[in-house]
Amino acid sequence: MEDETFTDISGKAISLSCQDHSSLCKEFVVSVPKVSIGKVMVYTCCVWLLAYAVFFFTENTAVLSSAIFITLVGMMLHIHFVKVDHETLLFIGSLGIQLSSSYASGRETTTFIEMGKIKDIVINEAIYMHQIIYYLCVLLKDPSEPNAVAHVVPLFQSSKPRLNCLVKVYKSCQEILSKC
Amino acid sequence: MVLKIFFPQCCNRADSGLLVGRWLSGHDSAVVLAVIHYPFIPGQVKQYIQQIQARSGVELSVLGSWSLPKEGQEGMESFLRDLSTIFPQKRWLQINRELGKTGFNCQVLSRDQNGRVIPREIKKKADKIDGEAGGDGEKKTKKEEEEKEKEKEKEKEEEKEKQDEDEEEKVIFVHYEQRKVMLSQLHPIENGLSDPTTDPSSELRQMFRSVALSHPLYFLDRYDDGPLKSTHWQSEGREASIIVELLKHSTLPLCVLIRWLLSIWTWICDIRVFSLSPLRFLSSKLSTCVQLSYRTEHMRTLSSQKPAAGHTEFMRKANMVVSVLLDVALGMLLMWWLYKDNHISMLANTVVPAADHVAKELEELLQWLMGAPAGLKMNRALDQVLGRFFLYHIHLWISYIHLMSPFIEGILWYGGLSACFGLTFALSLLSDMVALLTFHIYCFYVYGARLYCLKIYGLSSLWRLFRGKKWNVLRQRVDSCSYDLDQLFIGTLLFTVLLFLLPTTALYYLVFTLLRLVVVLFQGVLHLSVDFINSFPLFAVALRITRSYRLAEGVKFKVLCEEPGTALHLLMEINPLKSSAVVQLYRTPTYSCYPKDSWAALAKKLFVGELIYPWRHKTTKTD
Repeated sequence: MEDETFTDISGKAISLSCQDHSSLCKEFVVSVPKVSIGKVMVYTCCVWLLAYAVFFFTENTAVLSSAIFITLVGMMLHIHFVKVDHETLLFIGSLGIQLSSSYASGRETTTFIEMGKIKDIVINEAIYMHQIIYYLCVLLKDPSEPNAVAHVVPLFQSSKPRLNCLVKVYKSCQEILSKC
Repeated sequence: MVLKIFFPQCCNRADSGLLVGRWLSGHDSAVVLAVIHYPFIPGQVKQYIQQIQARSGVELSVLGSWSLPKEGQEGMESFLRDLSTIFPQKRWLQINRELGKTGFNCQVLSRDQNGRVIPREIKKKADKIDGEAGGDGEKKTKKEEEEKEKEKEKEKEEEKEKQDEDEEEKVIFVHYEQRKVMLSQLHPIENGLSDPTTDPSSELRQMFRSVALSHPLYFLDRYDDGPLKSTHWQSEGREASIIVELLKHSTLPLCVLIRWLLSIWTWICDIRVFSLSPLRFLSSKLSTCVQLSYRTEHMRTLSSQKPAAGHTEFMRKANMVVSVLLDVALGMLLMWWLYKDNHISMLANTVVPAADHVAKELEELLQWLMGAPAGLKMNRALDQVLGRFFLYHIHLWISYIHLMSPFIEGILWYGGLSACFGLTFALSLLSDMVALLTFHIYCFYVYGARLYCLKIYGLSSLWRLFRGKKWNVLRQRVDSCSYDLDQLFIGTLLFTVLLFLLPTTALYYLVFTLLRLVVVLFQGVLHLSVDFINSFPLFAVALRITRSYRLAEGVKFKVLCEEPGTALHLLMEINPLKSSAVVQLYRTPTYSCYPKDSWAALAKKLFVGELIYPWRHKTTKTD
């Protein structure tokens, strides 16, 4: 198990952990920092101050209760659908690649891509406004044409690690790909 | 070269025996379907496997041997190896496990063309130092040397952990739950058979198919009294449900009954009187008749003699059955509510006053328009003409309603009976009744729209004349044209007349279009709910919630805790389809009445004065 501190493309610290289950099976977990309590408190206070101001003018208690309700529902939706806790890449040689994102509420979404569909794993460059971003992606084969690429599946979309982290993952994956 | 073995979880604790399964073509993998226990007669095993192969169509074979020695039993190494000669295969797997350890050990014996055994060592390091071995993973040796080698390597295994593993074959064990994989269906569903030679289907699909099609293999059990005792998912207890079996048996007479009823209904519909043209047109416009024909189609599909072939057809039939049942249940609920406490007469007593109220409001509206609405000054003469025309219409309509008032309660009472066929029928009937009752609004809208449309076209054409241009029909463009003086004079005169009459017509048009839109909106809501009940795949959604493994989008792997020195063990779980994908995939196609136009096109039509038919049925398109 290795743990080093890397950063994502906006500078926030993330962590990568690689686990070797066997010579053919490797698991990479990129963890994003959790929701900070300070931010939550700031947002909640802002919303409630606003609601209180509106209540001061309209004298309607429904404003307050709806503000509470909206805050709660908004927080629940955020941790269930938006906030990603960690992303995992499980590489099983000759079987396939499994990508899974796990959210702050515990929900996990998983996709498995079979080895027969995978053409290669590469690091691509993208130019976004004034930034050059590197991202790791899986190239999928086209069933009709053997040399064409049908789809590009980007990995680690929510955690967006930087090049040094991607290079580590890339090297291990290519090692396994070359073996089988 | 990695060998993947799909191993069912139910056989993890099975007694020693033979592994029966299938080698997946095009991939280096095998699926284990069952374990046949000792003692057995090889001839009987071969016969049994051939029988099952004939009945299921899956290429079964004996894959190898499985050994889980209980306490007191000696290891049966040599016996197991001799078995490989009885069942000649290209590759022979020897999987063994010890009680107390979780890992499996696997050895693969392969035969070359001469039938000699080429042993390959798995997860045991090639002993290059041993002189006799020769330093190669693939060696041709005789059986005695092989045994000696194995013993030596067992001793040296702990020391030589980090040796070169290039020539060795790796084995990955993928554990799966047999019952769930058997019942599940991988999406996207591949219908039809693709050519196996040119397009080998994916490993997972082949594996799912093999497990699902090997039904005949799961009939015999180790508790049976036959000559063969096997272990598979049924060994943990035969599963069946009495209710399901009873339902299955009762569907046959039910289908016969439905088919007979349908034949009578089709005979009635085919009577000559009903194929007259005006009745035909009417029946295509009334949503009740459309709904009737739609449900007849459904019933026809449901009562067909052949059982459902394939997963899609089964789901479609199941969704139809559930939708019909839900419909009828909701209809019964509505009927119960309508007929208790005299609700019908209450409703009937409010219809006529409501219609009166609407008529009064419309009259007031027209009086307002005939005056100076919103401060605009109307053209008095045209205003009076249009206003009186529409007032007379309203008067006619009110007398018609008053004429019908004694019959309304009866109509409602018998109309409510239609809810026993389903809520959709009651809703369609309501929508039709609303259409009939607001027919005058529809008429007003058509008159207003036609008038307005004529005016707009006239205005645009005369405006072109005013500027000295003409519309060229041949070239579909505007060309310049020299007009005579009298043409110009009359044209300009007419243009000014039309222009000054425009606000009046536009206002009437606006008012009646809004009224018409309100009615259309209400009808639209009714149609949408009917559509929803018709097409929503309730069975598929319920299946996704309760038995989510039946609809599989893919698989998930989890690495099981491993012991050093054993092969890699993975647990394969089924990744269910997302609920939104379930709804989209399994929606029953309906005569979907979706609006034809986008918002921009609709706005343009409204502005120009073209008649809009927002709820045109797909089947009656006659462009």
